[in-house]
Amino acid sequence: MMAEAKPKVAFYWCASCGGCEEAVVDLAEDLLKVVEAVELAFWPVALDFKREDVERLPDGSLAAAFINGAIRLSEHEEMAHLLRRKAQLVIAYGSCAHLGGVPGLANLHDRGSIFQYVYRDAPSVANPEGVFPQERFPAEEGELELPAFWDTVKALDQVVEVDYYVPGCPPTPKVTRAAIEALFGEGELPPKGTVLGAGTRALCHECPLNETKPDKLLLEGFKRVHEVIPEPNKCLLAQGLICLGPATREGCGALCISANMPCTGCFGPLDRVRDYGGKALSEIASILNSNDEGEIERALEKVADPVGTFYRYSLPRSFLGRRIRRGDRP
Amino acid sequence: MPKEPFEDRSSRSIPSGSAFEPKIVAFFCNWCTYTAADLAGTSRMHYAPNVRIIRVMCSGRIDPQFVLKAFHEGADGVLIGGCHPGDCHYQEGNYKALRRYKLLKRLLAQLGVEEGRLRLEWIAASEGDKVKRVIDEMTEEIRRLGPFRPSEAEPVEKQAVLAGQPREAR
Repeated sequence: MMAEAKPKVAFYWCASCGGCEEAVVDLAEDLLKVVEAVELAFWPVALDFKREDVERLPDGSLAAAFINGAIRLSEHEEMAHLLRRKAQLVIAYGSCAHLGGVPGLANLHDRGSIFQYVYRDAPSVANPEGVFPQERFPAEEGELELPAFWDTVKALDQVVEVDYYVPGCPPTPKVTRAAIEALFGEGELPPKGTVLGAGTRALCHECPLNETKPDKLLLEGFKRVHEVIPEPNKCLLAQGLICLGPATREGCGALCISANMPCTGCFGPLDRVRDYGGKALSEIASILNSNDEGEIERALEKVADPVGTFYRYSLPRSFLGRRIRRGDRP
Repeated sequence: MPKEPFEDRSSRSIPSGSAFEPKIVAFFCNWCTYTAADLAGTSRMHYAPNVRIIRVMCSGRIDPQFVLKAFHEGADGVLIGGCHPGDCHYQEGNYKALRRYKLLKRLLAQLGVEEGRLRLEWIAASEGDKVKRVIDEMTEEIRRLGPFRPSEAEPVEKQAVLAGQPREAR
């Protein structure tokens, strides 16, 4: 008799920085336990498998595919569809796959304006021949085909059905371990759509500074992080720093706050919130202690970049999804 | 308000020759602005039928998500109506609405949404005429601006499905 086959697992990256891959490696010795429990069938960053190897697998033969990164190129989308076909469970791993992530802020622009800036207008660019990326290129060896660059960055579940989400930029080892345990452990699988490895309350609940947060928090104004050296051991929001802890899912252990940096919301919204940015904006605006229109406007100027502040990790997954385009074709 | 007569009036007052009719979602607070809209109705005032009024207990109840969702689901404009400063039934809900509105306006501007598509007005229970004026003005403003989503730009969800197919270079 053969020993029972280990479940096959794939890891893949789309538009990502590599931090999520690093997060898997950050499991350190625990990675050996993962390798003991599952068979890695595909992990381009670490193992020499090709796309053809995945294509050859029977449909549904992977127990799970962990996909990180946002969907920016046609290639990302093709790989997401391929892995969806081959895997019983698809897990959006990390903020970019979960909500669109930092690459999703490119939705303030589109393909045309991004190409113009990156290949023509940026101060560091010298491109006298006006070379722009092409999807087809006639090389000596034959025609080369390159992936198409979409106008709009998407989260993974805007392209394929997603079973579970693992939040974080990147997910911490603790969150990753808890997610793997939830998927391959003894118990039943959690309901579809669950955000794995993190809690269901706001970050404030696990923040070590929560005790110093006043019951009724009202601020005269906001401060930007470069303007102050925060007092240690005092709620950053109470010090006027824009901390999105009250609007953000717990689970990270308040890592940034422990390093005196306010929460920027990478764990995303709580279960009943659909648009993270709308909720986070509401949090910050509501605690301003002013009833005077001019004073309110002046205080809110400290939020220098509202989209970058409130949708830092979630613009593609927001209600509007991107900057509204008008007059593209006059 | 009875439903059928409202529908009848809408078909009568659509100006001919204009294909685009703005859809405006209005969040009115129970104590002032909704009562004012009621007054406008009982006073038989005629105002543009483009507005869909949603009653909330207080303008402070309006989560910015409500506004974003309205745009997401096809509204061309969103109107928020609350009690005048100092008159809030819950003391300061309208000030909370004002603060959120100010920040939301800046967020929407970054996302390419024109100034006139989101409006906040203080309208007291006695100001039925102001309800009429504001709705008429806003309808005209948005008629000038055109639809929220130009027809060639797909809504995000739909675009996601289409993206699997090869797309011609723009």
